[in-house]
Amino acid sequence: MSIKTYRESIIEAMILEMKRDEKVFVIGEDISGGRGCGDFEGEAAGGPMGLTQGLWDEFGAKRVIDTPISETAIMGAAAGAALSGLRPIAELMFSDFFGVCFDQIYNQAAKFRFMYGEQGATPLVIRTMIGAGIGCGPQHSQSPYSIFANIPGLKVVTPSNPYDAKGLLISAIRDNDPVMFCEHKSLLGMEGEVPDDSYEVPLGKGKIIKEGNDITIVAIGQMVGITQGCVAKLEEKGISAEIIDPRSLSPFDEDMVYDSVEKTGRLLVIDESNPVCSFGSWITSMVSDEVFSSLKAPTRVLTPPHCPVPAAPNLEAAYLPDMDRIVEATDYLTNYS
Amino acid sequence: MQLSKDKLLDAYTRMKKIRVFEETMRDEFAKGTVPAFIHLYIGQEAIATGICVELNDTDTISSTHRGHGHCIAKKSNLEKMTMEIFCRADGLCEGKGGSMHIADLSVGMLGANAIVGANAPIAVGAALKQRVLDENIVSAAFIGDGASNQGAVFESMNLASVLKLPVLFVFENNGYGEFTGVDYHCGGGDIAGRAKGFGMPSYKVDGSDFFAVQEVAAEAAERARKGEGPSAIECVAKRWYGHFEGDPQHYRTKEELETIRRDFDPLKIFRKKVEEAGLVDSKDLNMIDEDLSSEVTAAVEKAKNSPLPNVEELTTNVYEKGSY
Repeated sequence: MSIKTYRESIIEAMILEMKRDEKVFVIGEDISGGRGCGDFEGEAAGGPMGLTQGLWDEFGAKRVIDTPISETAIMGAAAGAALSGLRPIAELMFSDFFGVCFDQIYNQAAKFRFMYGEQGATPLVIRTMIGAGIGCGPQHSQSPYSIFANIPGLKVVTPSNPYDAKGLLISAIRDNDPVMFCEHKSLLGMEGEVPDDSYEVPLGKGKIIKEGNDITIVAIGQMVGITQGCVAKLEEKGISAEIIDPRSLSPFDEDMVYDSVEKTGRLLVIDESNPVCSFGSWITSMVSDEVFSSLKAPTRVLTPPHCPVPAAPNLEAAYLPDMDRIVEATDYLTNYS
Repeated sequence: MQLSKDKLLDAYTRMKKIRVFEETMRDEFAKGTVPAFIHLYIGQEAIATGICVELNDTDTISSTHRGHGHCIAKKSNLEKMTMEIFCRADGLCEGKGGSMHIADLSVGMLGANAIVGANAPIAVGAALKQRVLDENIVSAAFIGDGASNQGAVFESMNLASVLKLPVLFVFENNGYGEFTGVDYHCGGGDIAGRAKGFGMPSYKVDGSDFFAVQEVAAEAAERARKGEGPSAIECVAKRWYGHFEGDPQHYRTKEELETIRRDFDPLKIFRKKVEEAGLVDSKDLNMIDEDLSSEVTAAVEKAKNSPLPNVEELTTNVYEKGSY
């Protein structure tokens, strides 16, 4: 066990799995960097955000495959490789770029098993960066995981800390279905205790971050840490919140949320996706369907407003759900009668 | 290179099987027995066959919405394939794929694809087995002239060229992208020439002539196996029928259809060549004709009499069993 960053945990998971299974390889733009630049040899970048650092030195160009800027070809080649028995980890540098290659993800990779029967197993991981918070503006800051989760055949995970990032990525690589692995760019430098050995965090299993009795707060990705930051303020107000990190959105640990809401009678979801058809609204819809009689108050979802992510730092700060809004919403729901 | 008699008979069998099968499907569709759209491969038999005779069982192909011919040329199981077209439970894809999504991984057929051009990157992915695992593999993508305009196809050619992957980009120029002529839809009009721009050897051949296709397929496949990268082959052929069955083809004249069926029949061209050169006895070919006719009829009858999938199967195979 040692202290590692979210970024280091992701790299370590890939290295461990590439050592374990020769069929695992990584493909993407500038994942080593520097190819074709005169006499330059070696790794120039290890990914624009350093998320593949050291892989090229360890495994070489055969299994750490730099590509042109060509997301459709990358995603399609990864889908075809997975269908043919390899286990690709394809990097979609920013999740915003899904718009140029989604056909290969949702019409191809996600459907192979259904369209072709069991022979269509597609063990593919798409690692992709989500989230606002570092000033990347409208086309590099989005969190389109609700769109991914809407697609039958895709699995979707949103690790909120270094431990889960490593364990979920190992599980995703070993999984036999396509997994959208959503890495939050604001969390890359986050530190935490992470075992050195290999371990799995199972897909579809949530985690109770903090137990409580008055309200269930389900927080996704970056929102988990922000919600944890509210605990002291809520306790000052005499509110005991139960905080759940679902970790996986698809499959989703519905039972964990139902059990919690049956105990607390209240549900608040903190979700960084766009509000219309957000993943949070799906959670509240399921809760209304399944445990309506336990509810003592309306359910509520906190998301950004229905607008693109702005570049200006003050606007971006106003865009994201923050501690004040979380405390205010919690206060409202726990005092509802 | 002179082909052996066995190889010639094999090629004829594949081409003729495609023809008989598609004629049977045409008739079945007209009778209303086929539960989905079908797109006939008649007129292009020499392309799928000319390519696939140069591929091994472990080599792969990715196919199009017009995929029956590719399945047969890659020696997919005819009974199971027919069942799939009739959406039956025992079909290759358990009835959920149908005509436009047939796959048979057991023979390296990575799937028909109903998204035009989307199969090209998939073929590139299969070819990565050469790079990652040092496997001996050639991966062919069949791409229509309509699909040749898709970005996915251009990106695939570039990536395969950059990574020197063993891919054959087989352009089947049958003159039409759906209901639109190639003269209108293809800027510059030279599909093979575009491929050259990506830095790969590129051929333009008579796609009605098996020997023209096979000869360049052999060259391209050999180069691919040696790790020398992709090639493109534009095969110019004729589409004998509509875009799909039921297409009234208002955009074509009766004379055009009569002419192409008279002058661009891949089977007639093949027979004439092998018989005139004395390579194969016409009796052998006639025997193949008879055998195939009964094989196809039996497969269709069996498919029609086999059950549709159980309704309980509606939500299976979305994810690996037990994982969701």
